[in-house]
Amino acid sequence: MTEHAKPANPGVPDPSSESYQRYREAYEASKLRDVPFETMSGVPLDPVYGDPPYPGQYPYTRGVYPSMYRSRLWTMRMFAGFGTAEDTNARFKAILRNGGTGLSTAFDMPTLMGRDSDSPWSLGEVGRAGVAVDTLADMEDLFSGIDLSAVSTSMTINGPAAIILAMYVAVAEKHGVARADLAGTIQNDIFKEYQAQKEYIYPPRPSVRIVTDMIRFTAAEMPRWHPVSISGYHIREAGSTAAQELAFTLANGFACVEAAMAAGVDVDTFAGRLSFFFNSHSDFFEEIGKFRAARRIWARWMKERYGATNERSMLCRFHTQTAGVSLTAQQPENNIARVAIQALAAALGGTQSLHTDSFDEALALPTEKAARIALRTQQIVAHETGAANVADPLGGAPFVEWMTDEMERQAEAIFAHLEELGDGSILEGVYAGIENGYFVGEIADSAYRFEREVNEGQRIIVGVNAFTDGADGEGDLLRISAETEDVQLKRLTDVKQRRDDEAVGRSLAAVTEAAKSPSTNLIGPILDAVHTYATLEEIVMAMEAEFGTYVEKAII
Amino acid sequence: MNAVADNERPDDDEPTSDEDALTPTQEVRLRIVLAKLGLDGHDRGLKVVARILRDAGMEVIYLGLRQTTDSIVDAAEQEDADAIGLSMHNAGHLTLAPAMVSAVAEAGMNTPVVVGGIVPSDDVQALLDAGVATVLGPGASATEVAQAVRDVVLAAETEAS
Repeated sequence: MTEHAKPANPGVPDPSSESYQRYREAYEASKLRDVPFETMSGVPLDPVYGDPPYPGQYPYTRGVYPSMYRSRLWTMRMFAGFGTAEDTNARFKAILRNGGTGLSTAFDMPTLMGRDSDSPWSLGEVGRAGVAVDTLADMEDLFSGIDLSAVSTSMTINGPAAIILAMYVAVAEKHGVARADLAGTIQNDIFKEYQAQKEYIYPPRPSVRIVTDMIRFTAAEMPRWHPVSISGYHIREAGSTAAQELAFTLANGFACVEAAMAAGVDVDTFAGRLSFFFNSHSDFFEEIGKFRAARRIWARWMKERYGATNERSMLCRFHTQTAGVSLTAQQPENNIARVAIQALAAALGGTQSLHTDSFDEALALPTEKAARIALRTQQIVAHETGAANVADPLGGAPFVEWMTDEMERQAEAIFAHLEELGDGSILEGVYAGIENGYFVGEIADSAYRFEREVNEGQRIIVGVNAFTDGADGEGDLLRISAETEDVQLKRLTDVKQRRDDEAVGRSLAAVTEAAKSPSTNLIGPILDAVHTYATLEEIVMAMEAEFGTYVEKAII
Repeated sequence: MNAVADNERPDDDEPTSDEDALTPTQEVRLRIVLAKLGLDGHDRGLKVVARILRDAGMEVIYLGLRQTTDSIVDAAEQEDADAIGLSMHNAGHLTLAPAMVSAVAEAGMNTPVVVGGIVPSDDVQALLDAGVATVLGPGASATEVAQAVRDVVLAAETEAS
């Protein structure tokens, strides 16, 4: 066999190369965790292998930071929320006691839709799928006894995001914590609501105005706050392919940047505060390719198209959640294996934070035990597998590099279509795609294709259409008692009796006035209204008077 | 296989004609109203079901999101629907599904109500007791979904005649 000349150490970076020297310099300057960076058997490991550009170097395909998890593991951020604010407050305190440093709040459906618990629409939904928040009083209870200057809080809400953020600021200030010291993220990604999650209130354009008002407000007053988390998670859950998730999400990010720039905000003052949220599904290499492509595409577009010069504006930093939709109701324990594989893909893909789903979530919100197993799963990935030792450990593998390129190629084709729809503007293309049903149609087509493949047995889902022996019961499920609704209704009635109705009325009128004037930032009047204990729905309606509502065309 | 659809269908004892039930080109096309009742926005499953039923030869009247019991009853009446299909993912099924059944009855109709989505098996009997015609849980195959709809329509017609 003829041998080609091989380098002595394939995979080891050339120490004399300029990019590696720059990498080493950045790496040496990073603070590292105090653990041995070696294999289980004691083999010492370099922080990176393979070819440039290295992690922390443009276009960041290999990672946003040079030392990646050697400096800091991803944040293990577990999403929680159910029942009343007091119920969720107790779960939050348990998370903090177990060593969590981040809180992540799930709101119930009425809250997500801007409805109060006493609305006829809320019947049967109060506190079911998240925590119910009607007024500032609920938010006070939700964060009671928690030092808001010491935690970072993620809040998953979109349509009424401005009101919830205002309530959070109001609670903090009542605790004596300045808004500038608050750290956290509010999802506030309205584009994907029309495309996938469907929790919109107003039509797209006024909704985007609220988002840009929040970007302006946080850029000026809340430097540690992430005002938008551009989220592909829900797009994927609704049935998209990996490439559609990638492309629609980044396009929504570009749309957000274009909207803020059009509102006169300098790109480098806010782009670094944008973050992303992706799904980690079961096709291991496709997911890893998707994560790597996301970083490369975002960096290039921010630099070349939007003229960002600050490096932070180019970094696609993202949260990941394992794919809820992949969880099966059949043989639910199998979901622990699915979640572990998806969590490993997220880690190898370089995520900044991770929520792992609980195995019982195909049927209900997780029990405390199931949620603990989910957290333990990512702790095993972090501490036992060695995945945290080396940045982008799969980089350079031909299949992984090809998959990264393929994801990018498919995404670019979608961007080209949106640009065409928007006559050169991604923002206008996204509006057009919402209006003409492009996004929902593409997603529904992909969902149906997948379902057909499962039905026809071309695609095996273990325990569902193959290997179905061994199914036993569902085990224990978390039940939210119907009393929650009564308790919450009573709380709301009490607050309404205690407050100064005239002050509420005045503050709501001011919100409507601000909504009429596009140059007025809505956040100030909303903060004033929140302080009077105006309800979420009252504030929503004060804006609806000007903005109207959005009704989706029913397209199958 | 889905335990709910297979074992707990209320009309399991009814003799059904498989030939009628399985022929997609029946003389009268079944007309099915599909809707999301209330605030829940999870519409992936319902859209897939809409296409499954359409492919099975039924006429689907897809109302989409944020429907009320009144709007669904109105549509079912106007469209002369053979069945109403609801998809529920937010744990509100024990409140919302019985409300739908009552609204149908109050309108003097006997249109069967089928519930799909995320329903823990412990809740299935409560829904059947409340008058829901059948419950299709996660993992029900396309064939099972179409068959279940045909079965409940047949059962409702048998009952009415």
